[in-house]
Amino acid sequence: MSSYFLKRILYVIPITLAVSFFCFSLVHLSPGDPMDAVVSPDAPSEVVAMVQRAYGFDRPLPEQFGLWVSRAVQGDLGMSAANGRAVTTEVFSALKNTLLLAVAASMIGFTLGCTFGALAGYYQGSLLDRIVTGFAVGGVSVPHYWLGMLLVIIFSVELNWLPSSGAGPGSSSDWSFEWAYLRHLILPAVTLSVIPMGVVTRTVRAMVADILAHEFVEALRAKGLAERRIFLHVIKNVAPTALAVMGLQLGYLLGGSILVETVFSWPGTGLLLNNAIFQRDLPILQGTILILALFFVALNLMVDLVQARLDPRIQRG
Amino acid sequence: MAATSVDVSAKVEVPITPSRGYWGPVFRRLSRDPVALIAGIILLCILAMALFAPWLAPMDPYKTSMMTRLRPIGTPGHWLGTDELGRDMLSRLIYGARLSLLIGVMPVVNAFIIGSAIGIVAGFVGGKTNTVFMRIIDVFYAFPAVLLAIALAGALGAGIINSLFSLTVVFIPPIARVAESVTTQIRSADYIEAARASGAGSLKIIRCHVLGNVLSPIFVYATSLISVSMILASGLSFLGLGARPPMPEWGLMLNTLRDAIYVNPWITILPGVMIFTVSICFNTLSDGLRSAMDVKL
Amino acid sequence: MNAERVSVESPLALKKPLDSRDRGGAAQPLLSVKALRKHFVIKKDFFGRPVSQVHAVDGVDFDVLKGETLGIVGESGCGKSTTARLLMQLLTPDAGEVIFDGDPVGKPGGLSIREMRRQVQMVFQNSYASLNPRMSVEESIAFGPQVHGLGKKEANTRARKLLDQVGLLPNQFASRYPHELSGGQRQRVNIARALALEPRLLILDEAVSALDKSVEAQVLNLLIDLKQEYGLTYLFISHDLNVVRYISDRVMVMYLGRVAEMGESESLYNAPAHPYTRALMSAMPSMDPDNRTQVAPLAGDPPNPIDLPPGCRFCPRCSMAVDKCREEEPELAPLHAMQAGHLQHRSACWRAGEVQALASTPIAEEITS
Repeated sequence: MSSYFLKRILYVIPITLAVSFFCFSLVHLSPGDPMDAVVSPDAPSEVVAMVQRAYGFDRPLPEQFGLWVSRAVQGDLGMSAANGRAVTTEVFSALKNTLLLAVAASMIGFTLGCTFGALAGYYQGSLLDRIVTGFAVGGVSVPHYWLGMLLVIIFSVELNWLPSSGAGPGSSSDWSFEWAYLRHLILPAVTLSVIPMGVVTRTVRAMVADILAHEFVEALRAKGLAERRIFLHVIKNVAPTALAVMGLQLGYLLGGSILVETVFSWPGTGLLLNNAIFQRDLPILQGTILILALFFVALNLMVDLVQARLDPRIQRG
Repeated sequence: MAATSVDVSAKVEVPITPSRGYWGPVFRRLSRDPVALIAGIILLCILAMALFAPWLAPMDPYKTSMMTRLRPIGTPGHWLGTDELGRDMLSRLIYGARLSLLIGVMPVVNAFIIGSAIGIVAGFVGGKTNTVFMRIIDVFYAFPAVLLAIALAGALGAGIINSLFSLTVVFIPPIARVAESVTTQIRSADYIEAARASGAGSLKIIRCHVLGNVLSPIFVYATSLISVSMILASGLSFLGLGARPPMPEWGLMLNTLRDAIYVNPWITILPGVMIFTVSICFNTLSDGLRSAMDVKL
Repeated sequence: MNAERVSVESPLALKKPLDSRDRGGAAQPLLSVKALRKHFVIKKDFFGRPVSQVHAVDGVDFDVLKGETLGIVGESGCGKSTTARLLMQLLTPDAGEVIFDGDPVGKPGGLSIREMRRQVQMVFQNSYASLNPRMSVEESIAFGPQVHGLGKKEANTRARKLLDQVGLLPNQFASRYPHELSGGQRQRVNIARALALEPRLLILDEAVSALDKSVEAQVLNLLIDLKQEYGLTYLFISHDLNVVRYISDRVMVMYLGRVAEMGESESLYNAPAHPYTRALMSAMPSMDPDNRTQVAPLAGDPPNPIDLPPGCRFCPRCSMAVDKCREEEPELAPLHAMQAGHLQHRSACWRAGEVQALASTPIAEEITS
């Protein structure tokens, strides 16, 4: 393994620590005594003291952080202040749904984005290019929570084709690959796919246009290579970047899904976070953000490593 | 050597055309870009709408009326209908521009000032200072922007000030990073070396040579963030973390109208249309500005 | 033309009386460089200790005499530009001393770096990159004097006067921006900017290399005129041997961070005493069909300056190398003991005499007579 890979992997350690510290301090950022978030204000003082000791709130901050980290490493992020369930269980069951949504949205966004982007870049300056470019600008500018509402109005309220909320029939939380469940996935996934689609379209378009302007393409043409083969060359050059952009977008979707999940009452981390905020359930808030951020860090790492493998220039630079 | 025969004193003949300076060509190119121009005009109109809201709005945006709730678009007297408390939608949309623009644009302005300062100093000083600054910035990159904004706003609690603060924190890292990279590029430029060779100190060099060249690319980049900031700021209000009812703010209006989606669906999307319009106009204008100024980021 | 050039008896070509700032008199070199060294660390280990370094400038000594033009030639990467930047203190030397008119630069009791930068100015190769794109020509030229305390108005007046001197009509050019000028015009502006601080020494780092041949000649002649007018001293750096020969009184050949050969222009060009100089010259296109290339031009690239060979650094590319060359590095040594101090023709080659004997003209007779 080259030193680039080793360095990049080792670099995750301080980032993880810093991210943990940020999440830890969120509780202390919030106004009022962090205890208020855990115990109801009118609880008897013995209970308060007990909880205080259990959470370690009576110790100095650095020690509290150490305690929190050592627990977190063992998978213990505390208990929900609202319903007393373990934070990790809550977050991971929600994360499953969020991932489902994010992956579905990425797939839609990536496929459409690459297709549109490649076409627009190949026929740069044409009407098609202009339409696609305009569409892409719209995609990155649209408030996706509003787009969700719009889709609900069209497909649920007016046409009554697709359900407007939930992840499946009834209140079931176990997802399975059936039409009854897929119907619920369509609107939120399409809504969420608009952002990566816009970004991927713009990236791919710019790169394709850039590569076609390079001299080596001229050389290929001069060699008498068929246009189809030239396009293959172009794709080979664009693919690593497009994949990297998509990988990062998947991460952004994990965060971006918060608003869309709220619109569609999708039982993912977004909804969990939203509820935690309004119930002032700080352990859940803290835990959700920590896990999402760590997931994002891991994803970034993977994207960097894969990209470095595909593009040898990165390792040298 | 043959060159000796060339007359040195020969003044180079140049047709006398007045110098256009630096900004002349930029504006000329921008004015030839109809899409960016239209976006700019729309934004100016919306800005004027925000400034002159009391004169433009037909009604008091706070006046509720239980009798005329959720009237459809086109109702005489309420041309854009009424909301769930019977308030005039048109007036609320006009007044909404004030708060929505404020909470959408201010974070980027703040982040532009703070982020540029951090990035330029880090980039110009270089070395260890730069590494330390940029590593701290890296930590914020471990959070997707939306998540960071919601985490901060959620922990701090609802309110406009908290929402402004959270979004400012979200936008400082990307701006600082861009500022650092353009400053690092310029730092080793020959004209900086030449300025140093003429004995100028670091502060003087930053003021006279670095700022002028660095601020425009950072500015162009910052304008591209306004669109995201608008969406996020209204999104925070949509979640109930920004503006508080009964304030007229587009994101918050979307939130409160959401329950009326089965009663009168089409008025519920109006505030979103405003957010979308402002956002897409800022994006278009930023793209136009970028190509007019030939900024490569 | 050559007759007017420096003769052995009177080394100083000054037509004007010496500058009022002159301290040591005509005999004292304007600039004296001693054992100048700069290594760039290009790779560090895990703990930040240097693993490999580029020996960009590796122990260079030379003097620049008052009123002369000293040319520095060499291939790219030989340390010419690094030397220039070290002299301007744009880079901090690892070791060595720079003495300006008797005063050590940047040392307590010597000349401050700021004061040195007033007396030494530099013109860079890239005429576009060395002008701030956001400043008008006038502002760029007036910047230096303003830094040194001249009022804005006076600085602008000086800028306009200088524009006129470098052959650009002030009314037409003062308010222009760099992108509105041609390469030659920009380089004239750069020269004006360098002169704005009334320096005594001007370092021209590939200042004409990027220009078209005809423009290059105009700018060269402008430089010669300005030198006469202001009593300047030039350090002229270029990879172009013809240009260096045209403008320089003395020439210094650099190879991989060291001085390979140094001497009076005529002596060095007529009878090079280092195989590297010889190779460079044979690579020079000749106008004379009878004067065909005889020595094989340089083959290959210079060795990697990161890990240098133990002996002479030119040895791997040298056609005359013997065992001694591979074992011991030669010092820069005078060829003829009879020559006066600074004008000595010196070469860092074990076989300097033999190399010189290969030259067609018997230069030795000229010098001794």
